Amino acid sequence: MKIDRRNFLSLGAGATAGLAFSPLPWKLMDDSSIWTQNWPWAPVPTDGEASYVDTVCSLCSGGCGITIRKIGDRVVKAEKKDSDNANSGICILGLSSPQLLYSPSRIKTPLKKVEDKWVKISVKQAVAEIAEKLKGLRKDKLSHTLACISGSSAGTVPALFERFLTAYGSPNFITVPSVKDIYKLVFSLTCGASCIPAFDIANSDFVVSFGTGLLDGWGNPAAAFKAHSILKDNKKQLIQIEPRLSNTAAKADKWLPIIPGTEGVLALGMANVIIGKQLYFNKNVLFDSVTEGFEEFKALVEKDYSLEAVSNITGIKQEDITALAEDFMKAQSPVALFGRGEGSTPGSLHEMMAVNFLNALAGNFNKTGGVYLLSEPDYINWTHPVLDDAAYYNINAKRLDGAGEGKYFLAKHLLNRLPEVVNSSKTSPINFLFVTDSNPFYTMADTKLVEEAFKKIPFIVSFSSYMDETASMADIILPNHFFLERYQDIVTTCGLKPAVGLSKPVVNPIFNTIHSGDAIISIAKALGGTIAESFPWDNYETCLQETLEAKKDVMDKELFWIDESGVSNAFADSSGKFEFINDKTRQTKPYIFVDAQGEKKKYPLTLIRFDSMRIASGYTANSPFMTKTVADTVIKENDIFIEINPKTAAEYNLAERSKALLTTPKGKAQVRVHLYEGIMPGIISMPSGLGHTGYDSYLTGKGININELIGQIEDPASGFDAAWGIRAVLARV
Amino acid sequence: MSETQKVSASDNKRKNTGGTTILFFLIGVAISLAVGWVIFPKLLYLKKSQPIDFSHAVHNEAVGDCDSCHFFREDGTFSGSPTLAQCIDCHEDVQGDTEAEQIFVEEYIAQNKEVPWLIYSKQPDCVFFSHAAHVKKAEMSCESCHGEIGTSETLPIYEENRITGYSRNIWGKNIAGIKKHTWDRMKMDDCGECHEEETGDKGSCFQCHK
Repeated sequence: MKIDRRNFLSLGAGATAGLAFSPLPWKLMDDSSIWTQNWPWAPVPTDGEASYVDTVCSLCSGGCGITIRKIGDRVVKAEKKDSDNANSGICILGLSSPQLLYSPSRIKTPLKKVEDKWVKISVKQAVAEIAEKLKGLRKDKLSHTLACISGSSAGTVPALFERFLTAYGSPNFITVPSVKDIYKLVFSLTCGASCIPAFDIANSDFVVSFGTGLLDGWGNPAAAFKAHSILKDNKKQLIQIEPRLSNTAAKADKWLPIIPGTEGVLALGMANVIIGKQLYFNKNVLFDSVTEGFEEFKALVEKDYSLEAVSNITGIKQEDITALAEDFMKAQSPVALFGRGEGSTPGSLHEMMAVNFLNALAGNFNKTGGVYLLSEPDYINWTHPVLDDAAYYNINAKRLDGAGEGKYFLAKHLLNRLPEVVNSSKTSPINFLFVTDSNPFYTMADTKLVEEAFKKIPFIVSFSSYMDETASMADIILPNHFFLERYQDIVTTCGLKPAVGLSKPVVNPIFNTIHSGDAIISIAKALGGTIAESFPWDNYETCLQETLEAKKDVMDKELFWIDESGVSNAFADSSGKFEFINDKTRQTKPYIFVDAQGEKKKYPLTLIRFDSMRIASGYTANSPFMTKTVADTVIKENDIFIEINPKTAAEYNLAERSKALLTTPKGKAQVRVHLYEGIMPGIISMPSGLGHTGYDSYLTGKGININELIGQIEDPASGFDAAWGIRAVLARV
Repeated sequence: MSETQKVSASDNKRKNTGGTTILFFLIGVAISLAVGWVIFPKLLYLKKSQPIDFSHAVHNEAVGDCDSCHFFREDGTFSGSPTLAQCIDCHEDVQGDTEAEQIFVEEYIAQNKEVPWLIYSKQPDCVFFSHAAHVKKAEMSCESCHGEIGTSETLPIYEENRITGYSRNIWGKNIAGIKKHTWDRMKMDDCGECHEEETGDKGSCFQCHK
């Protein structure tokens, strides 16, 4: 039999026909269609039992009560805690916490930098190496050259770090400043005792906000939003004074655009109207009996803050200033708010004091709808650390930031002075630096100056959970647990009723991380001697349990402990009165409101920063989810937009989305232009919170960090950074 | 050679060629049928053993019924395969003398490690199925879909479809998709068939594909 081509064709035809009668093609077709739907990149929810755990968010200083939804052991959602408590609520950053918990940019194990490369080490090894270095420093009698930058001064973890420095022999515990510092200062200077304000926005009938971002991240965002909603539901007034139409301004009853930096002048101009028209008598406040320095204050405002002068400086019409002052005093329970945006920078002391004088003139202290003067939560009652001779001698050394002495006598911490102090010395006055709960290399203004200082510091230990900008400059990283993996007390004191919340672990630590509280206790124990003696706790959890023992029942049930005892010892010391002017404030005179850096002629525009709930600008950076919600008129791919009034844009021949070169006295950046009627002519604005160089591909290189373009301006009265912007110039590219 | 002889030779050749062609055609058919019905199923499915063996019969006798281990949670969701949390009550220590029991206690219970069971009835992620609607509301028995697994002495070999990654139990043991019992297959058509019988309608897409 001869086999030819025809036979093969026949075989093929038979095979084809046979296939049709076999399950193969039909089954393959079915399987292929299922296979095309197997997308390994698509997130698939895990199966398991749903459970809910309450905790307190610590991604910002707000400390909101939240509920975490879990399926099995996996966190799947963060929600607002269902509670009447004012602090219960959630913002977009809190909603992102599951994404941040499982983020690929988390540091998974302690790391050590060896020849500019990260090498994984064990917790034990990291603690031993840190202790060994610190022992050497102490042996060389340089214990005062240890410094610590902490994100907060309140709560047990910052207290443990401060305690460590004291026991070790260093006075250089420095916290990241915020508007909370200026609040404390304003009230302690004028009310004679240490107290913090709680603005009763919800019960007020007339709120004048000097740039305070009630809806832009100020204070505890959840509580601030709730207070704002109640104010609106009650159909009461909110007047927002700021150069840009922020979210808060857009929701206000009236927006008064003001030349930035002149808010304090406006407040004193309003005070002049109130005093001139004797409107304060309407409040039945007998100023002679309840205030000090009123006559001197009256003379000051009458002399320097006439309506005409104030109108010229602020850009607000005289009749508007008069009407605002009259409406403020006509109200039953008016309140004046201060602190710009979300309050991440302290600002000018005199500006804040000037606004608070309006509260004094309205006589609204400790009254419903006014300003409650409350004590800070005081629950950490540890015995004093044990000091050996070396520690005792060195804790009395001069603080590196100069706080508490000379012209900085009013401040307790001055982080903003640190870069200059380090850079101006031949060798770094800091030999060893702890950085905890903060990312100063990113959040501090004048990035170049800060970078130079950090590079000069011989040894840095970061406790960051993420490879942020500061962590990447460290020598050892001892990564902290994420807040959903740890216990911690969270103290909230920014402008609303102070509360202590209890953050509880929701899941077991995912990676080889260590609670910062445990880390510092371990380092202390490894150092031995009186330093170890100062830390009698086995671990952080024991320390926290002992500290909160008295409040255990309340916190177990409610998560929060809010001190309702109310009024502090305000007005109890010194004169017992509100002091418009006293010996201390006289030392800070004359009244200087901080102007922007740069020559007006060379830099005709003014660049200001703005805060947004959609962009985290503090220690915690944006989650990918948050960045997705930012409008493409703010960031488009990697290009950042500046907002500019169409009139100003026309002068520079700039159209929507044009590329431009933005130059300030501190740096240059290529930006795109967004024409925005909601910004005053001559002013340009840029969001804070973008332009990261650390973290991961979701964040790196997205936009510009405004701190690279803005310098620090030392407030002559307090020493805090009071910069609110900088002069700038634009050129079309 | 005469003209007649030439034609006859040509006819014979054509006849032979035709026969060969049919033979080859039939061979082709036979190969395809053999490949499609016998070889293909063997190649398509990867045989896997469960991490440890398990006797439903023994457990059923000990605990009473299916929902002692495969229970509904308080929120109405179905627990599916038991986790260690359910097993640990009885199996904290080794019971009996089987090798599977020893492995279970030593490698999983003692190390607090969940057993990575291979789930015979796992549907693709795009399918939403509510046990509560079928078992509680429609009062269907477990056997309707899962067959007689509850009385099995040992766990069957898990056959994983190399293309889809799902169990053979979804398509059914019969490669042609022919079923004798309701539990023989768990494909969409089987859901539709039952729904049509019980409700008069196959249902809409979004009932299952959320």
